[in-house]
Amino acid sequence: MSFKRPEDVATPIQFSGYEKPFLKLLCLRMVRAREFEEQLYYLFLTTKMPGTMHQATGQEAVAVGVVSALNADDYVTSTHRGHAHCIAKDVPLDVMMAEMFAKRNGVCKGMGGSMHLCDFSRGMLGAFGIVGAGIPIATGAALTSVVKGTSQVAVSFFGDGAINEGVFHESLNMAALWKLPIVYVIENNQYAFSMPNDLVSAVSDLSLRGCGYGIPGEKVDGNNVIAVYEAAKNAVDNARKGDGPTLLECITYRIRGHARFEPAKYRNKDEVALWEKYDPIKRFKEAAVADGVLTAEELEALDVQVEQEINAAIAYAKTGEEVGAEDYLQFIYESQKESGGNE
Amino acid sequence: MRKLSLSEAIREAMVQEMRRDPNVILMGEDIGCFNGAFNVTNGMLDEFGPKRVWDTPISEAGFMGMGIGAALTGLRPIIEFQYADFMFCAMDQIVNEAAKLRLMSGGQANVPIVMRAPQGATGRAAQHSQSVEAYFMHTPGLQIALPSTPYDAKGLMTRAIRMNDPVLVLEHKLLYGTASPGGGKSLTDTTISDIGIDVPEEQYEIPFGNADVKREGDDVTIIATMLMVHRSLAAAVEMEKEGISCEVVDPRSLVPLDEETLLTSVKKTNRVVLVSEDVDRGGVCSELSALIMEKAFDFLDAPIERVSADNTPIPFGPAAEKHVIPQIENIQDSIRKVLKD
Repeated sequence: MSFKRPEDVATPIQFSGYEKPFLKLLCLRMVRAREFEEQLYYLFLTTKMPGTMHQATGQEAVAVGVVSALNADDYVTSTHRGHAHCIAKDVPLDVMMAEMFAKRNGVCKGMGGSMHLCDFSRGMLGAFGIVGAGIPIATGAALTSVVKGTSQVAVSFFGDGAINEGVFHESLNMAALWKLPIVYVIENNQYAFSMPNDLVSAVSDLSLRGCGYGIPGEKVDGNNVIAVYEAAKNAVDNARKGDGPTLLECITYRIRGHARFEPAKYRNKDEVALWEKYDPIKRFKEAAVADGVLTAEELEALDVQVEQEINAAIAYAKTGEEVGAEDYLQFIYESQKESGGNE
Repeated sequence: MRKLSLSEAIREAMVQEMRRDPNVILMGEDIGCFNGAFNVTNGMLDEFGPKRVWDTPISEAGFMGMGIGAALTGLRPIIEFQYADFMFCAMDQIVNEAAKLRLMSGGQANVPIVMRAPQGATGRAAQHSQSVEAYFMHTPGLQIALPSTPYDAKGLMTRAIRMNDPVLVLEHKLLYGTASPGGGKSLTDTTISDIGIDVPEEQYEIPFGNADVKREGDDVTIIATMLMVHRSLAAAVEMEKEGISCEVVDPRSLVPLDEETLLTSVKKTNRVVLVSEDVDRGGVCSELSALIMEKAFDFLDAPIERVSADNTPIPFGPAAEKHVIPQIENIQDSIRKVLKD
C-alpha cells in the first residue's frame, strides 16, 4: 500500500497578481473552516452535541480555493464532510453551529445536522450523506442554468471514494454530452473511510477518469489554495462560456480519522506527520509572510476575528430553542402551494 | 365532451402545462425522437424542442438525480421511467434524496418533480411487469397517484406537475390504449370499461387524497386501483346477476390516502374486498387492511379479503402470468367469501 507523498504533490504558492483583500479572504475562509471544526471536536467532548461529524482538517484549501472562484449565485453540492464547503460559500457560522446543536435556529431548523447542511439562499444545495449522491444533483443545477439561460455554474465536491459510484460516471457522461456548466472536484484525501486509493481504484491517477468522457482532467496540489483557485477559475470560466465540464483532482490528505473519534489505525503515524508538515493553512501563512504580501500581524488579526466569530456562533446556538418532538411534521410535505419552486 | 385514451390524457396534461409554465421540462429514455416507448410523449420534442424535452442516455440514477437538481433550482422536471421496474436503478436518488430533501433542509427545499412510470403485467416477464407502488408508499416524502381512467389521469397529472413535492404517477400499460411507435399491438385489456374516457379540453386538477366511488352498491365495498378498478367493475356486473350489489372505490392516490371516503363505504356495506396488482406480502392491500381494522373494526361483518398478485416474480408464460395476477374470477370468489356468513 502506498500513499501520495506531499513532496511529490506540492507546488510553490505564487502570490503575484493577487490583491491583499482577496488573499486575506482566502486565509479567513480556511481558518474559519479549521477553527469551526476544532471547536466542534471540543464541543462533542464537553457538551451534549448530538450525532456525529466528519472533519476536513487539512483539506480546507480545496473547498476555499474552488468556491472562491465562484459567484455568489453559483451552485455547490457537498458531502458528509461538508462544513468547509458551507463556510467557503459564506453560510453563516451561527446558523451552522445552531444546526450542530439541533436547535430551531439552525440553518436546517435542526432537521438535518452535520451531514445535511445546506443554505439555498447562498446556492449551497446541500451536503449529502450518501456518497456520490450530490454529483447528479449538481449536474441538474447546471442543466437549469442551460434551460433558463442564466450563466450560473455548478460545482460538485466529492471524495476519492465517490468516483466508484455509478452516478459519477452517468453524470460526467451527460454533462460532457450536453456541455453543461459544471466543475467536478475530487477531493482526493487518499482514504475512502479505511480504504486507501490504490486498494479501491484500479487506476491511481484519478484525473484520468475525465478521458473516458472527453473532458479535461487536471491534477492540482490540493493543499495550495492559490493553485486550487487558479485551476478552479480556469474550469469555471470555461464552464460559464459554454465549453462544458472539467474534472479537477485536488490531492490532499485527511489528517483526522473518517469520523468523530475514529482513530484511523489503518495508516501509520509517519504518514500523517509527513502530511501535517504540508498543512494548507500553515503553508499559506508562511509563504505569505516570506513573500511579504501579508504580515504576521495581519494574519494574527484574522485568527482573532475567527475566534470571535466562533464564540458568537456558540452563543447564538446556545440561545436557540431545542427542536420540538413534533417539529418534523411541518417538513414532510408541502404540496399546497400552487406554484413556485426555489426561485 | 371528447373521448381520449389514458396515454392521450396524460400527454394533454403535460403539453398544456408546458405551454403554461416554461419551467416544466421532460427527461427520459426514448421520449423525444422516438416519441416514448408507449407513445405518451408523441410530438412533444417537435413542439417544445431539445431544451425542454431531453432524450437521455440509459442512466436512470443519473437523470433522476439531475431532475432533483433541476427541481431544486427552479425547474419542474417530469421524469419518465420507461418501465416502473427501471426505477430501482434510481432508488438512492428517489428514496434517499428526493423524498428526504424537504425535511433534511428544514423546509428550504422544494422538490417539484414528477416521476412517471408505466407498470403492470403484460407478458413481458419478471423485469418489465412489476407493480411498484408498495416500495414507494413505504417512503415518507413521496406522493403517489395511480389513475384508472383518462379523466382521472389528466386531472391528477396536472395537479402533480404543480405540486412542490416529489410525486410518482404510475400508469398501467394495459390502460394506455395506444401502441408503441416501434410497432406492435395496442395495449389493452378486455375488461376496460368506458368510465372516465370523456375528458374536457381545458385544464383541471384532481387533488391528491380524493378517492372516487366508481360504482355505488350496498352489499360489499371493493377498493381497487388502476387496471384492477376495471376488473372489479366487471366482477360487480357479474355479481349483480347473483343479486349482489358491489360498491367500487378507487383511492386514485395512495399517498395521501382519502381515508374518509374509503371508511364511509366500509361502514355502509360492512364487508370489504381489496384488489391490487402488486404482490400480496407487505403490499397495498396489507396496508389498507390494517387501516380498516384500526379504524372500522366494529363495522366489519366478515374478515377482509385481499386479492393481489402472488408472492413471486412475474413468470413469462401466459398461463402462469394469468394465474399470478388477479383476475375477475378471483375477485368474484372473494366477494362470495366475504358474503358467506
